[in-house]
Amino acid sequence: MYVAVKGGEAAIDATHGLIAQERRGDPATPELQTRQIREQMKLAIARVMNEGSLYDEDLAALALKQSQGDSVEAAFLMRAYRTTLPRFGSSRPVDTGAMAIRRRISATFKDLPGGQVLGPTYDYTHRLFDFALEEGGAQAPLQMAQEPLAATMPRVPDILGDEGLLEAEEAPAGDPSPADITRDPAEFPADRDVRLQMLSRGDEGFLLGLAYSVQRGFGGNHPFAGEIRMGEVSVLYTPEELGFEIDIGDITLTECQMINQFKGSQEAPPQFTRGYGFAFGHSERKAMSMAIVDRALKGRDLGEGAEFPAQQEEFVLYHCDMIEASGFVEHLKLPHYVDFQGELELVRKIRQEQAERKQRVAAEQAP
Amino acid sequence: MTEAQTISGADPHYNYGYLDEQTKRMVRRALLKAVAIPGYQVPFGSREMPLARGWGTGGIQITAALVGPADCLKVIDQGADDTTNAVSIRNFFARVTGGRTTQKTAEATIIQTRHRIPEKPLRADQILVYQVPQPEPLRKLEPSEVETRNMHAWEEYGLMQVRLYEDIARFGHVATTYAYPVMVNERYIASPTPIPKFDNPKMDMMPALQLFGAGREKRVYAIPPFTRVRSLDFEDHPFTVQSWDKPCEICGSRLSYLDEVIVDDHGARIFVCSDTDYCEDRRADAASLGEGA
Amino acid sequence: MDMSIYSQAMTPEPLLQVQDMSRYYGERVGCRAVTFQLWPGEILGIVGESGSGKSTLLRCLAALDQPTDGQIQFADDGQWLDVPALPEPKRRALMRRAWGIVHQNPRDGLRMGVSAGGNIGERLMDAGERNYGQIRRVARDWLARVEIDPDRIDDLPQHFSGGMQQRLQIARVLVSEPRLVFMDEPTGGLDVSVQAKLLDLLRALVRDMGIAAVIVTHDLAVARLLTDRLMVMKDGVVIEQGLTDQVLDDPQHAYTQLLTSAVLV
Repeated sequence: MYVAVKGGEAAIDATHGLIAQERRGDPATPELQTRQIREQMKLAIARVMNEGSLYDEDLAALALKQSQGDSVEAAFLMRAYRTTLPRFGSSRPVDTGAMAIRRRISATFKDLPGGQVLGPTYDYTHRLFDFALEEGGAQAPLQMAQEPLAATMPRVPDILGDEGLLEAEEAPAGDPSPADITRDPAEFPADRDVRLQMLSRGDEGFLLGLAYSVQRGFGGNHPFAGEIRMGEVSVLYTPEELGFEIDIGDITLTECQMINQFKGSQEAPPQFTRGYGFAFGHSERKAMSMAIVDRALKGRDLGEGAEFPAQQEEFVLYHCDMIEASGFVEHLKLPHYVDFQGELELVRKIRQEQAERKQRVAAEQAP
Repeated sequence: MTEAQTISGADPHYNYGYLDEQTKRMVRRALLKAVAIPGYQVPFGSREMPLARGWGTGGIQITAALVGPADCLKVIDQGADDTTNAVSIRNFFARVTGGRTTQKTAEATIIQTRHRIPEKPLRADQILVYQVPQPEPLRKLEPSEVETRNMHAWEEYGLMQVRLYEDIARFGHVATTYAYPVMVNERYIASPTPIPKFDNPKMDMMPALQLFGAGREKRVYAIPPFTRVRSLDFEDHPFTVQSWDKPCEICGSRLSYLDEVIVDDHGARIFVCSDTDYCEDRRADAASLGEGA
Repeated sequence: MDMSIYSQAMTPEPLLQVQDMSRYYGERVGCRAVTFQLWPGEILGIVGESGSGKSTLLRCLAALDQPTDGQIQFADDGQWLDVPALPEPKRRALMRRAWGIVHQNPRDGLRMGVSAGGNIGERLMDAGERNYGQIRRVARDWLARVEIDPDRIDDLPQHFSGGMQQRLQIARVLVSEPRLVFMDEPTGGLDVSVQAKLLDLLRALVRDMGIAAVIVTHDLAVARLLTDRLMVMKDGVVIEQGLTDQVLDDPQHAYTQLLTSAVLV
């Protein structure tokens, strides 16, 4: 007689043990330390912080270790943890204009106040394996420059904006508090604050693909990299108990402003329009992609139409969150046999009815 | 099989039920709105949970907002208590509440379910919490949220009826066997979640409160006790439920939803109750009757 | 109580009343100071070249666009409705029940992924029809009336010719027996022979059902065949209006004379 299989609980416990084993790998190899990840995999850390919506390099390092380097799984850990954190209040908006620059370039001007600061970038490397890294070893010392970098550097878009050539970034009427998508669900059509928040935690790969589609003609016009800057900014916060503002620390940020041509409409004169990208840590690809998609989504307000995916707000914003996307895609692994049973029965029934109908028709036509 | 289990001590690193009290209040307020407007999807500030989106975070947040020390929780998936996700969710709540859990429908005060309604009729003192993948019944007809919100607001449901018409014209039947759309309180069309249409009639005038949570889509909705729930159909093509030629192989039931199980390499198949608690109860009853005879 | 949507109850006279209606886009004139009345069962044509403002006018009349100035009123159940002021639910209800719009491109007015029967049946289902058999009967009936083989009831419109798609659109619109139908170049894009058949069909249906219609066209032959009265538009303004035969046979305005002389009508 058929006996229903039990023991699901024990099987599940065993899976936890198995992944712990996988994660450790060969016990003869020294175990990975979270501080090694934090120090030596900064770009992965940045991605996990962005998509996890939480700036904490140590936690991100732990998340990467716990998830064996799977950035979606790691970002998931960050998000779930974030849910449990108490909210004290909001800091002052960070002033990226006062950033302690480590890298700052502009494609729209050959030279500019502060100069083109190349900083740490892979852009000029040749993608050839450096096999010396396998063994590791001491690094050659860097040479200091003759003069220090400027203390602050004005943002390129601010320079253009003064001339009135670039659309101003203006707060909506009455300067209301921005929405908080982590507290309240987004409503559609979405305002810009909601769009930017959703894009900033969106998957880099998805946004990169969409940005690429824009450049290749699926909506949007040619963007120029007005400025990309990376460095440290202070986070300033006024605790209720103190009543005055304190500097609670520095965070590393990447900011990108894309500049797009706009031919004007019946209501507005021609000027340049902008797209804004923002990311924790050193994340240029993410900031650039976000800026291009931000601009594409402005198309609705500029009367540009929404024929292509990157211009379609619901398509972009609903599907860029990898925590939600991976959850739903991977939920297909859950049992669906009850519903599948219904489908099986329906298909069988329809096939049978069609076969019977054919037989009847054939019988009627038989001589 | 164990009955109600008491696990001592909730995990001290987390608030009772995992969510903080403010978040629970937010969820409960949303639920109150939902109960006030049967079948209407209420947006709520869905939080990320330790289980993945798509794996029941909506249902989990509802249960977390409602569960208290006096409650007894049952969790099922596909009708069974020991499918992997049901086990995972039940363990989660055991850990963050230290509360009682059970596999017996009759003992539970809160039943969280994925894709089935228990065979045993529920009582007025019970709450059924459904996990919802897609709260919007019109989504397959209209991808835009802005549009579907308008359709609900203006009761523009003709398109849904057209789809049923198309199915009958093409297949002779409505080709929807699960997540079969229902009209709640003769006002809002709602998704009953991917329960088999076999279960739809149970929703009508159910004494228990029915709550629906979609974590990823950030909506909750509700069907208050004793509310009219009608599956959409045509007068001359009325709604019908599935039936099987054979009874359950284990308990002999001819009234419950049966799963198909393949038992050998030649594809021989048998049918067994999807609701494991119901099946066991029947088997236990039959056995005790046998002993008494 | 806010009665602004309704003005004084009226005697059974005009169906549609337009007073000094204008639509501007910034400084550009879409249409200006349009005034006319439409009676039940009457067919009004609006002719002009492209850019004349006729499509703008039609869109405002059909509540697809908001006029900048002026009034549009529709007689509904013995009372006047202020059309531009209608709240969205009421506007949509009006569209489904009492009005119809036939688009130039049938693909804009049909659900291409829904069968012919479903397309025709949709308005019935919107109105609450719940008998499948009855919907099929009415759909087959209408397919026959628009000269489409009723056996094609389950076919998708994608597989129909342009002329058939247009006839299907007409059936879809007329099934709910609207009192007022707006048509934008209903025969545009069709072969000449197909056009002729379609015009005959439209004329017969509209007369049989006593429908009032506003038809926009650049084609004077269409105007001659279908309409009772005609308005000629140029640069956003109505430069001449009157009975169709009179306007076409004895045009007063220089522009109308130019239009009629350029075409063999």
